[in-house]
Amino acid sequence: MGPEWQAVWLTLKLAGITTLLLMIIGTPIAWWLARSRHWLRQPVFAVVALPLVLPPTVLGFYLLMMLGPDGFIGQLTERLGIGTLPFTFEGLVLASIIYSLPFTVQPLQNAFASLNESMLETAATLRASPWDRFFTIAVPQARPGFLTAAVLTFAHTIGEFGVVLMIGGNIPGETRVLSVAIYDHVEALEYGQAHWLAGGMLLFAFLVLVGLYSINGRLAGGVVK
Amino acid sequence: MNQGNGILARFRCGFETFQLDVDLQLPGQGVTALFGHSGCGKTTLLRCMAGLQTAEGYLSVNGDCWQDDHHRLPVHQRPLAYVFQETSLFPHLSVHRNLSYGYQRIPAGQRQIGFDQAVDWLGLSHLVNRMPEKLSGGERQRVAIARALLTSPRLLLMDEPLSALDRKSKQEILPYLETLHQTLDIPMVYVSHAASEVARLADHVVMMDNGRVMAEGPLQETLARTDQPFALEEDAGVIVNAVIGERDTRWHLCRADFEGGSLWVRDEPQLESGRSVRLQVLARDISIALAPNHEQSIQNLLPARVEQVATDQSPGTTLVRLQSGDTPFLARLTSRAAHQLQLAPDMDVWLQIKTVAIVD
Repeated sequence: MGPEWQAVWLTLKLAGITTLLLMIIGTPIAWWLARSRHWLRQPVFAVVALPLVLPPTVLGFYLLMMLGPDGFIGQLTERLGIGTLPFTFEGLVLASIIYSLPFTVQPLQNAFASLNESMLETAATLRASPWDRFFTIAVPQARPGFLTAAVLTFAHTIGEFGVVLMIGGNIPGETRVLSVAIYDHVEALEYGQAHWLAGGMLLFAFLVLVGLYSINGRLAGGVVK
Repeated sequence: MNQGNGILARFRCGFETFQLDVDLQLPGQGVTALFGHSGCGKTTLLRCMAGLQTAEGYLSVNGDCWQDDHHRLPVHQRPLAYVFQETSLFPHLSVHRNLSYGYQRIPAGQRQIGFDQAVDWLGLSHLVNRMPEKLSGGERQRVAIARALLTSPRLLLMDEPLSALDRKSKQEILPYLETLHQTLDIPMVYVSHAASEVARLADHVVMMDNGRVMAEGPLQETLARTDQPFALEEDAGVIVNAVIGERDTRWHLCRADFEGGSLWVRDEPQLESGRSVRLQVLARDISIALAPNHEQSIQNLLPARVEQVATDQSPGTTLVRLQSGDTPFLARLTSRAAHQLQLAPDMDVWLQIKTVAIVD
Protein backbone atom coordinates (compact mmCIF):
# COMPACT_ATOMS: atom_id res chain seq x y z
CA MET A 1 0.00 0.00 0.00
CA GLY A 2 1.47 3.35 -1.03
CA PRO A 3 1.84 6.07 1.55
CA GLU A 4 -1.11 7.99 0.08
CA TRP A 5 -3.49 5.05 0.36
CA GLN A 6 -2.10 4.31 3.79
CA ALA A 7 -3.12 7.83 4.84
CA VAL A 8 -6.58 7.40 3.29
CA TRP A 9 -7.12 4.05 5.05
CA LEU A 10 -5.88 5.41 8.37
CA THR A 11 -8.18 8.40 8.09
CA LEU A 12 -11.22 6.25 7.32
CA LYS A 13 -10.35 3.88 10.16
CA LEU A 14 -9.97 6.75 12.60
CA ALA A 15 -13.25 8.36 11.51
CA GLY A 16 -15.11 5.03 11.56
CA ILE A 17 -13.97 4.03 15.03
CA THR A 18 -14.52 7.53 16.40
CA THR A 19 -18.05 7.68 14.97
CA LEU A 20 -18.95 4.29 16.36
CA LEU A 21 -17.66 5.10 19.83
CA LEU A 22 -19.21 8.56 19.81
CA MET A 23 -22.65 7.22 18.93
CA ILE A 24 -22.41 4.98 21.99
CA ILE A 25 -21.04 7.73 24.27
CA GLY A 26 -23.00 10.63 22.82
CA THR A 27 -26.47 9.09 22.85
CA PRO A 28 -26.91 8.91 26.64
CA ILE A 29 -25.34 12.37 27.03
CA ALA A 30 -27.71 13.81 24.43
CA TRP A 31 -30.70 12.05 26.02
CA TRP A 32 -29.83 13.46 29.41
CA LEU A 33 -29.20 16.95 28.05
CA ALA A 34 -32.48 16.90 26.15
CA ARG A 35 -34.67 15.67 28.98
CA SER A 36 -33.08 16.53 32.31
CA ARG A 37 -33.81 19.63 34.36
CA HIS A 38 -30.79 19.10 36.57
CA TRP A 39 -28.75 22.21 37.43
CA LEU A 40 -25.68 20.55 35.90
CA ARG A 41 -27.36 20.54 32.51
CA GLN A 42 -26.10 23.93 31.38
CA PRO A 43 -22.48 23.39 32.52
CA VAL A 44 -22.37 19.96 30.85
CA PHE A 45 -23.87 21.43 27.72
CA ALA A 46 -21.14 24.08 27.71
CA VAL A 47 -18.38 21.51 28.17
CA VAL A 48 -19.73 19.45 25.28
CA ALA A 49 -19.80 22.55 23.08
CA LEU A 50 -16.28 23.73 24.01
CA PRO A 51 -14.52 22.03 21.07
CA LEU A 52 -16.68 24.13 18.74
CA VAL A 53 -15.18 27.39 19.94
CA LEU A 54 -11.69 26.45 21.12
CA PRO A 55 -8.80 26.47 18.67
CA PRO A 56 -7.84 22.83 18.04
CA THR A 57 -4.32 23.64 19.22
CA VAL A 58 -5.61 24.56 22.67
CA LEU A 59 -7.48 21.30 22.89
CA GLY A 60 -4.49 19.41 21.55
CA PHE A 61 -2.16 21.11 24.00
CA TYR A 62 -4.18 20.18 27.06
CA LEU A 63 -4.71 16.66 25.81
CA LEU A 64 -0.99 16.32 25.29
CA MET A 65 -0.40 17.49 28.84
CA MET A 66 -2.99 15.14 30.32
CA LEU A 67 -2.08 12.10 28.24
CA GLY A 68 1.69 12.58 28.52
CA PRO A 69 3.85 10.79 31.11
CA ASP A 70 3.36 13.65 33.59
CA GLY A 71 -0.39 14.03 33.07
CA PHE A 72 -2.89 12.22 35.28
CA ILE A 73 -4.35 10.20 32.41
CA GLY A 74 -0.83 9.36 31.22
CA GLN A 75 0.12 8.11 34.67
CA LEU A 76 -3.04 6.07 34.80
CA THR A 77 -2.45 4.47 31.41
CA GLU A 78 1.15 3.73 32.29
CA ARG A 79 0.11 2.09 35.52
CA LEU A 80 -2.40 0.02 33.58
CA GLY A 81 0.43 -1.10 31.34
CA ILE A 82 -0.91 0.58 28.19
CA GLY A 83 1.92 3.10 28.01
CA THR A 84 1.25 6.72 27.12
CA LEU A 85 -1.21 7.63 24.41
CA PRO A 86 0.31 10.62 22.58
CA PHE A 87 1.69 9.77 19.15
CA THR A 88 -0.35 6.57 18.95
CA PHE A 89 -3.49 5.73 16.99
CA GLU A 90 -5.40 5.14 20.26
CA GLY A 91 -4.41 8.60 21.40
CA LEU A 92 -5.80 9.99 18.14
CA VAL A 93 -9.10 8.16 18.69
CA LEU A 94 -9.40 9.60 22.18
CA ALA A 95 -8.61 13.12 20.96
CA SER A 96 -11.08 12.75 18.07
CA ILE A 97 -13.81 11.64 20.43
CA ILE A 98 -13.43 14.80 22.47
CA TYR A 99 -12.99 17.01 19.44
CA SER A 100 -16.04 15.67 17.59
CA LEU A 101 -18.31 15.25 20.62
CA PRO A 102 -20.51 18.29 19.88
CA PHE A 103 -21.10 17.06 16.34
CA THR A 104 -22.64 13.90 17.76
CA VAL A 105 -24.40 15.30 20.78
CA GLN A 106 -26.07 18.39 19.34
CA PRO A 107 -28.03 16.76 16.49
CA LEU A 108 -29.07 13.93 18.80
CA GLN A 109 -30.04 16.34 21.54
CA ASN A 110 -32.20 18.32 19.11
CA ALA A 111 -33.83 15.14 17.88
CA PHE A 112 -34.56 13.92 21.41
CA ALA A 113 -35.85 17.32 22.51
CA SER A 114 -38.35 17.40 19.69
CA LEU A 115 -39.69 13.93 20.47
CA ASN A 116 -43.38 13.93 21.13
CA GLU A 117 -43.70 13.28 24.86
CA SER A 118 -47.17 11.85 24.45
CA MET A 119 -45.76 9.11 22.20
CA LEU A 120 -43.52 7.94 25.03
CA GLU A 121 -46.42 8.16 27.48
CA THR A 122 -48.60 6.16 25.14
CA ALA A 123 -45.92 3.49 24.87
CA ALA A 124 -45.74 3.37 28.66
CA THR A 125 -49.49 2.76 28.90
CA LEU A 126 -48.98 -0.07 26.38
CA ARG A 127 -46.64 -1.80 28.85
CA ALA A 128 -43.31 -0.69 27.37
CA SER A 129 -40.55 -0.30 29.96
CA PRO A 130 -38.26 2.75 29.78
CA TRP A 131 -35.58 0.89 27.76
CA ASP A 132 -38.21 -0.58 25.52
CA ARG A 133 -39.67 2.89 24.89
CA PHE A 134 -36.24 4.24 24.09
CA PHE A 135 -35.46 1.63 21.47
CA THR A 136 -38.91 1.21 19.93
CA ILE A 137 -40.20 4.79 20.01
CA ALA A 138 -37.43 7.30 20.66
CA VAL A 139 -34.74 5.86 18.39
CA PRO A 140 -36.96 5.32 15.32
CA GLN A 141 -38.46 8.77 15.66
CA ALA A 142 -35.04 10.36 16.13
CA ARG A 143 -33.65 8.56 13.09
CA PRO A 144 -32.86 11.71 11.10
CA GLY A 145 -30.98 12.99 14.14
CA PHE A 146 -28.91 9.81 14.36
CA LEU A 147 -28.08 9.99 10.68
CA THR A 148 -27.05 13.64 10.88
CA ALA A 149 -24.98 12.98 14.00
CA ALA A 150 -23.16 10.01 12.44
CA VAL A 151 -22.41 11.76 9.16
CA LEU A 152 -21.28 15.01 10.75
CA THR A 153 -19.08 13.17 13.24
CA PHE A 154 -17.51 11.05 10.53
CA ALA A 155 -16.90 13.99 8.21
CA HIS A 156 -15.62 16.23 10.96
CA THR A 157 -13.16 13.59 12.17
CA ILE A 158 -11.86 13.15 8.65
CA GLY A 159 -11.23 16.87 8.43
CA GLU A 160 -9.45 17.40 11.72
CA PHE A 161 -5.90 18.67 11.57
CA GLY A 162 -4.73 20.77 14.48
CA VAL A 163 -5.55 18.28 17.20
CA VAL A 164 -3.97 15.46 15.18
CA LEU A 165 -0.79 17.38 14.69
CA MET A 166 -0.55 18.27 18.36
CA ILE A 167 -1.27 14.86 19.77
CA GLY A 168 -0.47 12.44 16.99
CA GLY A 169 2.34 13.96 15.06
CA ASN A 170 3.12 12.52 11.69
CA ILE A 171 3.90 8.81 11.93
CA PRO A 172 3.04 6.96 8.69
CA GLY A 173 0.54 4.17 9.29
CA GLU A 174 -0.04 5.26 12.87
CA THR A 175 -1.02 8.92 12.99
CA ARG A 176 -0.37 10.34 9.51
CA VAL A 177 -3.95 11.03 8.40
CA LEU A 178 -5.06 12.68 5.15
CA SER A 179 -5.08 16.26 6.32
CA VAL A 180 -1.56 15.88 7.66
CA ALA A 181 -0.46 14.19 4.43
CA ILE A 182 -1.80 17.13 2.40
CA TYR A 183 0.04 19.55 4.65
CA ASP A 184 3.26 17.58 4.12
CA HIS A 185 2.87 17.66 0.36
CA VAL A 186 2.28 21.40 0.37
CA GLU A 187 5.29 21.95 2.61
CA ALA A 188 7.37 19.89 0.20
CA LEU A 189 5.91 21.84 -2.74
CA GLU A 190 4.45 18.59 -4.18
CA TYR A 191 1.34 20.39 -5.43
CA GLY A 192 0.34 17.54 -7.75
CA GLN A 193 -0.15 15.03 -4.94
CA ALA A 194 -1.68 17.70 -2.73
CA HIS A 195 -4.25 18.36 -5.48
CA TRP A 196 -5.23 14.73 -5.69
CA LEU A 197 -5.78 14.38 -1.98
CA ALA A 198 -7.37 17.79 -1.43
CA GLY A 199 -9.62 17.43 -4.46
CA GLY A 200 -10.65 13.98 -3.32
CA MET A 201 -11.61 15.28 0.11
CA LEU A 202 -13.56 18.16 -1.39
CA LEU A 203 -15.55 15.78 -3.54
CA PHE A 204 -16.08 13.42 -0.62
CA ALA A 205 -17.36 16.20 1.65
CA PHE A 206 -19.73 17.43 -1.05
CA LEU A 207 -21.13 13.96 -1.73
CA VAL A 208 -21.60 13.27 1.97
CA LEU A 209 -23.60 16.45 2.50
CA VAL A 210 -25.75 15.95 -0.61
CA GLY A 211 -26.47 12.40 0.48
CA LEU A 212 -27.30 13.47 4.03
CA TYR A 213 -29.65 16.26 3.03
CA SER A 214 -31.52 14.16 0.53
CA ILE A 215 -31.97 11.27 2.94
CA ASN A 216 -33.05 13.56 5.77
CA GLY A 217 -35.40 15.33 3.39
CA ARG A 218 -37.01 11.98 2.61
CA LEU A 219 -37.22 11.01 6.29
CA ALA A 220 -38.71 14.34 7.24
CA GLY A 221 -41.09 14.15 4.28
CA GLY A 222 -42.63 11.12 5.93
CA VAL A 223 -41.98 8.65 3.10
CA VAL A 224 -40.72 6.18 5.67
CA LYS A 225 -42.08 2.80 4.86
CA MET B 1 -57.42 -1.66 54.06
CA ASN B 2 -60.43 -1.94 51.83
CA GLN B 3 -59.79 -4.57 49.19
CA GLY B 4 -63.35 -4.82 47.95
CA ASN B 5 -64.60 -4.37 44.45
CA GLY B 6 -64.59 -1.06 42.77
CA ILE B 7 -62.03 1.62 42.20
CA LEU B 8 -60.69 3.47 45.19
CA ALA B 9 -58.83 6.58 44.17
CA ARG B 10 -57.43 9.14 46.55
CA PHE B 11 -55.03 11.70 45.17
CA ARG B 12 -53.56 14.95 46.29
CA CYS B 13 -51.11 16.99 44.30
CA GLY B 14 -50.40 20.65 43.91
CA PHE B 15 -49.64 22.80 40.92
CA GLU B 16 -49.01 26.48 40.57
CA THR B 17 -52.57 27.21 39.56
CA PHE B 18 -54.61 24.63 41.37
CA GLN B 19 -54.65 21.77 43.80
CA LEU B 20 -56.05 18.35 43.01
CA ASP B 21 -57.64 16.79 46.06
CA VAL B 22 -60.01 13.89 45.48
CA ASP B 23 -61.16 10.85 47.37
CA LEU B 24 -63.40 8.67 45.25
CA GLN B 25 -64.99 5.28 45.39
CA LEU B 26 -66.12 4.35 41.90
CA PRO B 27 -67.98 1.30 40.67
CA GLY B 28 -65.79 -1.52 39.39
CA GLN B 29 -67.77 -1.85 36.20
CA GLY B 30 -69.50 0.31 33.64
CA VAL B 31 -68.59 3.78 32.52
CA THR B 32 -67.72 6.52 34.97
CA ALA B 33 -67.62 9.98 33.46
CA LEU B 34 -65.33 12.63 34.92
CA PHE B 35 -67.14 15.75 33.95
CA GLY B 36 -66.32 19.41 34.28
CA HIS B 37 -64.98 22.52 32.59
CA SER B 38 -61.52 22.49 31.13
CA GLY B 39 -58.99 23.12 33.86
CA CYS B 40 -61.12 21.49 36.55
CA GLY B 41 -58.57 18.72 37.09
CA LYS B 42 -60.34 15.83 35.41
CA THR B 43 -57.46 15.03 33.05
CA THR B 44 -54.97 15.39 35.91
CA LEU B 45 -56.99 12.90 37.93
CA LEU B 46 -56.96 10.49 35.02
CA ARG B 47 -53.19 10.90 34.62
CA CYS B 48 -52.74 10.23 38.33
CA MET B 49 -54.71 7.02 37.97
CA ALA B 50 -52.53 5.98 35.04
CA GLY B 51 -49.36 6.87 36.92
CA LEU B 52 -48.40 9.42 34.27
CA GLN B 53 -48.66 12.12 36.90
CA THR B 54 -46.87 11.68 40.19
CA ALA B 55 -49.12 12.33 43.14
CA GLU B 56 -49.46 11.23 46.70
CA GLY B 57 -52.37 8.97 47.26
CA TYR B 58 -53.91 5.59 46.97
CA LEU B 59 -55.35 3.63 44.08
CA SER B 60 -56.81 0.18 43.95
CA VAL B 61 -58.77 -1.36 41.13
CA ASN B 62 -61.11 -4.23 41.93
CA GLY B 63 -58.94 -5.38 44.79
CA ASP B 64 -55.50 -4.81 43.26
CA CYS B 65 -53.51 -2.04 44.83
CA TRP B 66 -51.58 0.02 42.27
CA GLN B 67 -50.42 2.76 44.56
CA ASP B 68 -50.25 3.40 48.27
CA ASP B 69 -48.00 5.32 50.63
CA HIS B 70 -45.10 2.89 50.28
CA HIS B 71 -45.35 1.64 46.80
CA ARG B 72 -46.22 3.04 43.42
CA LEU B 73 -46.39 0.89 40.30
CA PRO B 74 -44.81 2.57 37.30
CA VAL B 75 -47.11 3.20 34.35
CA HIS B 76 -45.95 0.25 32.28
CA GLN B 77 -46.67 -2.19 35.09
CA ARG B 78 -50.27 -1.09 35.58
CA PRO B 79 -52.74 -3.28 33.69
CA LEU B 80 -54.60 -0.32 32.24
CA ALA B 81 -55.16 1.20 28.87
CA TYR B 82 -55.27 4.89 28.07
CA VAL B 83 -56.81 6.59 25.06
CA PHE B 84 -55.47 10.10 24.63
CA GLN B 85 -57.27 13.19 23.44
CA GLU B 86 -55.12 13.76 20.40
CA THR B 87 -54.16 10.90 18.18
CA SER B 88 -51.21 9.06 19.64
CA LEU B 89 -50.52 6.45 16.99
CA PHE B 90 -46.84 5.79 16.42
CA PRO B 91 -46.20 7.42 13.04
CA HIS B 92 -43.34 5.09 12.13
CA LEU B 93 -45.42 1.94 12.53
CA SER B 94 -48.21 0.59 10.35
CA VAL B 95 -51.70 0.22 11.79
CA HIS B 96 -51.03 -3.49 12.25
CA ARG B 97 -47.82 -2.88 14.18
CA ASN B 98 -49.45 -0.11 16.19
CA LEU B 99 -52.16 -2.57 17.19
CA SER B 100 -49.63 -5.26 18.08
CA TYR B 101 -47.45 -2.91 20.14
CA GLY B 102 -49.26 -3.46 23.41
CA TYR B 103 -50.64 -6.87 22.46
CA GLN B 104 -47.13 -8.34 22.13
CA ARG B 105 -46.07 -6.91 25.44
CA ILE B 106 -48.55 -8.80 27.59
CA PRO B 107 -48.09 -12.51 28.32
CA ALA B 108 -50.12 -14.72 25.99
CA GLY B 109 -51.98 -16.17 28.96
CA GLN B 110 -53.33 -12.75 29.92
CA ARG B 111 -54.75 -11.91 26.51
CA GLN B 112 -58.49 -11.87 26.86
CA ILE B 113 -59.24 -9.88 23.75
CA GLY B 114 -58.07 -11.43 20.50
CA PHE B 115 -56.38 -9.45 17.78
CA ASP B 116 -59.03 -10.20 15.18
CA GLN B 117 -61.77 -9.55 17.70
CA ALA B 118 -60.55 -6.01 18.40
CA VAL B 119 -60.00 -5.33 14.70
CA ASP B 120 -63.51 -6.52 14.06
CA TRP B 121 -65.16 -4.54 16.90
CA LEU B 122 -63.71 -1.30 15.69
CA GLY B 123 -64.13 -2.03 12.00
CA LEU B 124 -60.44 -1.83 11.12
CA SER B 125 -59.88 -4.86 8.92
CA HIS B 126 -59.46 -2.77 5.74
CA LEU B 127 -56.99 -0.43 7.45
CA VAL B 128 -54.41 -2.72 9.03
CA ASN B 129 -51.80 -2.33 6.32
CA ARG B 130 -51.94 1.44 6.14
CA MET B 131 -49.65 3.95 7.78
CA PRO B 132 -51.28 6.25 10.39
CA GLU B 133 -50.77 9.33 8.23
CA LYS B 134 -53.13 7.82 5.63
CA LEU B 135 -56.04 7.60 8.09
CA SER B 136 -58.76 10.09 8.89
CA GLY B 137 -59.01 11.50 12.42
CA GLY B 138 -61.87 9.17 13.30
CA GLU B 139 -60.08 6.12 11.94
CA ARG B 140 -56.95 6.98 13.91
CA GLN B 141 -58.89 7.24 17.13
CA ARG B 142 -60.56 3.89 16.43
CA VAL B 143 -57.12 2.33 15.96
CA ALA B 144 -55.99 3.93 19.22
CA ILE B 145 -59.01 2.45 21.03
CA ALA B 146 -58.43 -1.01 19.55
CA ARG B 147 -54.73 -0.82 20.42
CA ALA B 148 -55.65 0.06 24.01
CA LEU B 149 -58.14 -2.81 24.26
CA LEU B 150 -55.58 -5.30 22.94
CA THR B 151 -53.65 -5.02 26.19
CA SER B 152 -56.68 -6.69 27.84
CA PRO B 153 -56.73 -3.94 30.47
CA ARG B 154 -58.31 -4.13 33.90
CA LEU B 155 -59.15 -0.45 33.65
CA LEU B 156 -59.78 1.64 30.56
CA LEU B 157 -59.03 5.35 30.82
CA MET B 158 -60.26 7.69 28.12
CA ASP B 159 -59.26 11.32 28.02
CA GLU B 160 -61.78 13.14 25.84
CA PRO B 161 -61.22 10.69 23.01
CA LEU B 162 -63.68 12.54 20.78
CA SER B 163 -62.90 16.16 21.48
CA ALA B 164 -60.30 16.56 18.73
CA LEU B 165 -62.67 15.15 16.12
CA ASP B 166 -65.21 16.85 13.93
CA ARG B 167 -68.90 16.17 14.41
CA LYS B 168 -69.06 13.55 11.72
CA SER B 169 -66.15 11.54 13.13
CA LYS B 170 -67.69 11.79 16.59
CA GLN B 171 -70.92 10.31 15.32
CA GLU B 172 -68.85 7.60 13.66
CA ILE B 173 -67.06 6.60 16.88
CA LEU B 174 -69.83 6.90 19.48
CA PRO B 175 -71.61 3.71 18.35
CA TYR B 176 -68.33 1.80 18.73
CA LEU B 177 -67.89 3.11 22.26
CA GLU B 178 -71.45 2.10 23.07
CA THR B 179 -70.82 -1.38 21.73
CA LEU B 180 -67.76 -1.67 23.96
CA HIS B 181 -69.78 -0.51 26.91
CA GLN B 182 -72.27 -3.29 26.27
CA THR B 183 -69.75 -6.01 25.36
CA LEU B 184 -66.89 -5.55 27.79
CA ASP B 185 -66.90 -5.80 31.53
CA ILE B 186 -63.84 -3.59 31.85
CA PRO B 187 -64.49 -0.54 34.01
CA MET B 188 -64.03 2.63 32.02
CA VAL B 189 -63.26 6.12 33.27
CA TYR B 190 -64.19 8.64 30.63
CA VAL B 191 -63.14 12.28 30.82
CA SER B 192 -65.41 14.68 29.02
CA HIS B 193 -66.71 18.19 29.03
CA ALA B 194 -69.52 17.36 26.62
CA ALA B 195 -72.78 16.74 28.42
CA SER B 196 -74.18 14.86 25.43
CA GLU B 197 -71.37 12.27 25.52
CA VAL B 198 -71.81 11.83 29.24
CA ALA B 199 -75.56 11.40 28.87
CA ARG B 200 -75.03 8.84 26.18
CA LEU B 201 -72.25 6.72 27.64
CA ALA B 202 -71.98 7.10 31.39
CA ASP B 203 -73.49 5.04 34.17
CA HIS B 204 -71.83 6.98 36.92
CA VAL B 205 -70.83 10.63 36.99
CA VAL B 206 -68.18 12.54 38.89
CA MET B 207 -68.54 16.30 38.55
CA MET B 208 -65.38 18.20 39.19
CA ASP B 209 -64.48 21.81 39.67
CA ASN B 210 -61.19 23.38 40.62
CA GLY B 211 -59.50 20.12 41.50
CA ARG B 212 -62.30 18.88 43.73
CA VAL B 213 -65.27 16.59 43.39
CA MET B 214 -68.48 18.60 43.53
CA ALA B 215 -70.99 15.81 43.04
CA GLU B 216 -70.78 12.12 42.38
CA GLY B 217 -73.14 9.22 41.94
CA PRO B 218 -75.22 7.23 39.47
CA LEU B 219 -75.96 9.16 36.28
CA GLN B 220 -79.71 9.74 36.69
CA GLU B 221 -79.50 10.71 40.32
CA THR B 222 -76.55 13.01 39.89
CA LEU B 223 -77.89 14.82 36.86
CA ALA B 224 -81.13 15.51 38.70
CA ARG B 225 -79.43 17.30 41.56
CA THR B 226 -80.06 21.00 41.82
CA ASP B 227 -77.04 21.80 43.93
CA GLN B 228 -74.33 21.36 41.33
CA PRO B 229 -72.63 24.68 41.79
CA PHE B 230 -71.62 24.99 38.19
CA ALA B 231 -74.40 22.69 36.94
CA LEU B 232 -74.46 21.79 33.33
CA GLU B 233 -75.53 25.26 32.33
CA GLU B 234 -77.52 25.01 29.11
CA ASP B 235 -77.32 21.23 29.18
CA ALA B 236 -78.82 20.75 32.63
CA GLY B 237 -81.37 18.00 32.45
CA VAL B 238 -82.11 14.43 33.35
CA ILE B 239 -81.68 11.03 31.81
CA VAL B 240 -84.65 8.69 31.85
CA ASN B 241 -84.32 4.96 31.28
CA ALA B 242 -87.27 3.79 29.27
CA VAL B 243 -88.54 0.91 27.19
CA ILE B 244 -90.20 1.40 23.82
CA GLY B 245 -93.85 0.41 24.02
CA GLU B 246 -96.62 1.17 21.56
CA ARG B 247 -95.78 2.65 18.16
CA ASP B 248 -98.09 5.11 16.46
CA THR B 249 -97.29 4.58 12.81
CA ARG B 250 -99.77 7.14 11.58
CA TRP B 251 -98.07 10.04 13.31
CA HIS B 252 -94.57 8.51 13.36
CA LEU B 253 -94.36 8.50 17.11
CA CYS B 254 -93.63 5.86 19.63
CA ARG B 255 -94.24 5.64 23.33
CA ALA B 256 -91.36 5.22 25.70
CA ASP B 257 -92.45 3.86 29.07
CA PHE B 258 -90.53 4.60 32.22
CA GLU B 259 -91.23 3.99 35.87
CA GLY B 260 -94.23 6.10 36.64
CA GLY B 261 -95.16 7.36 33.20
CA SER B 262 -94.49 7.51 29.51
CA LEU B 263 -93.30 9.96 26.91
CA TRP B 264 -93.95 10.20 23.19
CA VAL B 265 -90.85 10.36 21.04
CA ARG B 266 -90.31 10.58 17.34
CA ASP B 267 -90.43 7.13 15.77
CA GLU B 268 -87.31 5.83 14.16
CA PRO B 269 -86.84 2.56 12.33
CA GLN B 270 -84.44 1.05 14.86
CA LEU B 271 -86.86 1.58 17.76
CA GLU B 272 -88.55 -1.79 18.00
CA SER B 273 -91.01 -2.42 20.80
CA GLY B 274 -89.30 -3.67 23.91
CA ARG B 275 -86.00 -1.96 23.23
CA SER B 276 -84.40 -0.11 26.14
CA VAL B 277 -83.52 3.47 25.46
CA ARG B 278 -81.97 6.38 27.27
CA LEU B 279 -83.97 9.57 26.99
CA GLN B 280 -82.54 12.96 27.71
CA VAL B 281 -84.90 15.66 28.89
CA LEU B 282 -83.27 19.04 29.28
CA ALA B 283 -84.38 21.40 32.01
CA ARG B 284 -84.85 24.21 29.51
CA ASP B 285 -87.35 22.09 27.53
CA ILE B 286 -89.77 21.67 30.45
CA SER B 287 -92.37 24.17 31.45
CA ILE B 288 -94.73 23.85 34.40
CA ALA B 289 -98.48 24.27 34.52
CA LEU B 290 -100.80 24.09 37.50
CA ALA B 291 -103.49 22.28 35.51
CA PRO B 292 -103.31 20.00 32.47
CA ASN B 293 -103.77 22.09 29.38
CA HIS B 294 -104.69 20.01 26.34
CA GLU B 295 -105.37 22.98 24.10
CA GLN B 296 -101.79 23.43 23.09
CA SER B 297 -99.19 21.80 20.90
CA ILE B 298 -97.05 20.04 23.46
CA GLN B 299 -97.77 16.30 23.46
CA ASN B 300 -95.97 15.20 26.56
CA LEU B 301 -97.84 16.17 29.70
CA LEU B 302 -96.90 14.49 32.93
CA PRO B 303 -98.27 14.91 36.43
CA ALA B 304 -95.49 15.59 38.90
CA ARG B 305 -94.80 16.75 42.39
CA VAL B 306 -92.43 19.56 43.23
CA GLU B 307 -89.55 18.40 45.38
CA GLN B 308 -87.27 21.34 45.54
CA VAL B 309 -87.10 24.90 44.25
CA ALA B 310 -83.49 26.01 43.98
CA THR B 311 -81.73 29.13 42.84
CA ASP B 312 -79.97 28.75 39.56
CA GLN B 313 -76.66 30.24 38.51
CA SER B 314 -78.21 33.48 37.42
CA PRO B 315 -80.80 35.17 39.67
CA GLY B 316 -83.21 35.41 36.73
CA THR B 317 -83.77 31.67 36.54
CA THR B 318 -84.85 29.01 38.98
CA LEU B 319 -84.17 25.29 38.87
CA VAL B 320 -87.07 23.12 40.01
CA ARG B 321 -86.68 19.48 40.82
CA LEU B 322 -89.81 17.41 40.39
CA GLN B 323 -90.79 13.80 40.63
CA SER B 324 -93.12 12.05 38.23
CA GLY B 325 -93.79 8.59 39.51
CA ASP B 326 -90.32 7.52 40.61
CA THR B 327 -88.49 9.50 38.01
CA PRO B 328 -86.87 12.84 38.77
CA PHE B 329 -87.05 15.76 36.36
CA LEU B 330 -85.45 19.18 36.34
CA ALA B 331 -87.16 22.26 34.98
CA ARG B 332 -85.59 25.63 34.43
CA LEU B 333 -88.03 28.52 34.74
CA THR B 334 -87.68 32.24 35.00
CA SER B 335 -87.70 33.23 38.63
CA ARG B 336 -90.72 35.43 38.00
CA ALA B 337 -92.71 32.44 36.70
CA ALA B 338 -91.70 30.35 39.71
CA HIS B 339 -92.85 33.17 41.96
CA GLN B 340 -96.16 33.70 40.15
CA LEU B 341 -97.00 29.98 40.32
CA GLN B 342 -95.94 30.01 43.97
CA LEU B 343 -94.05 26.79 43.48
CA ALA B 344 -93.19 25.05 46.72
CA PRO B 345 -92.25 21.51 47.72
CA ASP B 346 -95.05 18.91 47.62
CA MET B 347 -97.16 20.92 45.18
CA ASP B 348 -98.81 18.87 42.46
CA VAL B 349 -98.20 20.33 39.01
CA TRP B 350 -98.07 19.32 35.35
CA LEU B 351 -94.90 19.08 33.31
CA GLN B 352 -95.10 20.20 29.71
CA ILE B 353 -92.14 18.63 27.94
CA LYS B 354 -91.29 20.14 24.62
CA THR B 355 -88.45 17.91 23.45
CA VAL B 356 -87.31 14.44 24.34
CA ALA B 357 -84.07 13.21 22.81
CA ILE B 358 -83.12 9.58 22.50
CA VAL B 359 -79.45 9.44 23.35
CA ASP B 360 -78.87 5.70 23.30
